[in-house]
Amino acid sequence: MEDLLNILRPLHPHVDFENCDTLITGRILDSFDIVSIISEVEAEFGVVIGAENITPDNFNSAKALYALICRLEDED
Amino acid sequence: MLFTSYAFLGFLCVLFPLYYLIPTRHQWKLLLLASCLFYFAAGPTYLLYILTTALTVYYAARRIGALGAEQSAYLKEHKAELDREGRKAYKDSVKKRQRRWLLFALLLNLGILAVVKYTNFAIRNLNGLLSLFGSGRQLSFWNIALPMGISFYTFQALSYLIDVYRGVSPAQQNPFRFILFVSFFPQLVQGPISRYKDLSPSLFAEHPFDAHTLCRGLQRVLWGFFKKLVIADRMLSAVNTLIRGGDYTGAYAFAGMLFYALELYADFTGGIDITIGVAEALGVTVQENFIRPYFSKSIKEYWRRWHISMGTWFTDYIFYPISVCRPMLRLSRFGRAHLGEQLGKRLPIWLSSFAVWLATGIWHGASWNFVAWGLGNWLVIMISQELEPLYERFHRRFSVAEKGWFRLFQVVRTVLLMSALRMFDCYRDVPLTFRMFFSMFTARNWAVLFDGSLLTLGLTGLDFAILAGGLVLLLTVSLRQRRGSVRDAVAARPYPLRFCLWFGLFLVVLFMGAYGIGYDESQFIYNQF
Repeated sequence: MEDLLNILRPLHPHVDFENCDTLITGRILDSFDIVSIISEVEAEFGVVIGAENITPDNFNSAKALYALICRLEDED
Repeated sequence: MLFTSYAFLGFLCVLFPLYYLIPTRHQWKLLLLASCLFYFAAGPTYLLYILTTALTVYYAARRIGALGAEQSAYLKEHKAELDREGRKAYKDSVKKRQRRWLLFALLLNLGILAVVKYTNFAIRNLNGLLSLFGSGRQLSFWNIALPMGISFYTFQALSYLIDVYRGVSPAQQNPFRFILFVSFFPQLVQGPISRYKDLSPSLFAEHPFDAHTLCRGLQRVLWGFFKKLVIADRMLSAVNTLIRGGDYTGAYAFAGMLFYALELYADFTGGIDITIGVAEALGVTVQENFIRPYFSKSIKEYWRRWHISMGTWFTDYIFYPISVCRPMLRLSRFGRAHLGEQLGKRLPIWLSSFAVWLATGIWHGASWNFVAWGLGNWLVIMISQELEPLYERFHRRFSVAEKGWFRLFQVVRTVLLMSALRMFDCYRDVPLTFRMFFSMFTARNWAVLFDGSLLTLGLTGLDFAILAGGLVLLLTVSLRQRRGSVRDAVAARPYPLRFCLWFGLFLVVLFMGAYGIGYDESQFIYNQF
């Protein structure tokens, strides 16, 4: 989880990524941020998040995103 | 049958009573019939196009859905026998078969769209190339009509297909219901491009008569007519004179740029108000397509608030798939290793955005001015994206972000920037657009804005007075909308007051709409896309 937070924090330093659960619905992350996150997640975790997984539910919080990464790692 | 035609009003006068008189379980069938009639009236052969799209997408999506169901059943049944590798191999083989159906329907329908919309554009360019290389040979243009709303319904159908493939939407089993989803008549003219999961619940539901719902829908329709007939169509003659009337440079080009931006806004949002209002009167919920876009403080924000359904379509079905596909991720990795961390991270965004804006431009029309318009948007967005850290430092240093005057400056800047980009759209000629744009900085004719010259453009003093009044009303309503629904606020007022307000608006549309002798209802601008 810490690795993921290290990817997220530089995008918006003022956001509390550990506790925020409105990253998409609160318009904190935009489409450019999402692509940047996916690219870094692939480099860090070796997991490819496909376009079909880009949903508000999966990206609304760091926890949800981490759960998605774990799920995709399991599937691989 | 245009929304502003008498035929359309007659059509609604027959449809509404029938819709609420028949048993509610048959309402969707009546909507299907009405939608087919509406489309048939636009051109009998067009019906063939929309039916081809609807039926091929319906069948492909059903096959994809059936393969998914087959996979679930198989995996459940063979849970004990299959190890992880076996499950993965089976899933991959199913995905491959589903992808074949997806590609079949995508290629067929995008192929139809490409042929009817872009063949003559390709021929024009080929002829240009032939001339350039000294060949006397010229290819003949195809005499092929563009079916009404083909870009809208094709995209709507394909979004459903991709959603079924991704497992976001279930496959519709009833072909007639699916045809209704694709052809729902209020959306056929100019969108919005609805998603299946958003539109289908209320589209197929039963709607007992509710005077309140009907009334609210008609109020929205009336507001749409006000925007279209009182503002957009009244501006039409001035816009046509300024843009196509000859050498109107400098201040005239500036006036034309702002007039066109306003006309387009009133025309498109007015049409969408009519769409949403008609649907609402039928009990069907259509997603909003605009959130006061001209109040945006940046171009990026503007595109989140203008033609929302198109923007999210391009983001979900083009931007994300391209930017997170494996080759793009590999390119990003390569970029990080050889060009630096920051540049490598940005590569997928730059390239995918380029593809999206190129597609957005081409989607709007088969000509180079739309390509230039799309790429102009891309360039401005990319530049502002790259300058964002600088903006943030500026805002922190001078603490202006929350100041009213600075927000107003940002809004005016966005309006001017977007209006300038729209010049590609209104002049329909790239070199002419550049010439007119730069003439604003070189011509010395700003006095024409104040010396009565604007009264020679086809609009009288009374026209300008009506437009000014209309704009004040439009602005007042937009400002009030920030605090919630204006219709709800009006509904909370005493009956005589709200009657006067709505009846007053009706009279304004009736007497101040741009009809005149020999009135011929004008097309919605987005109708042609």
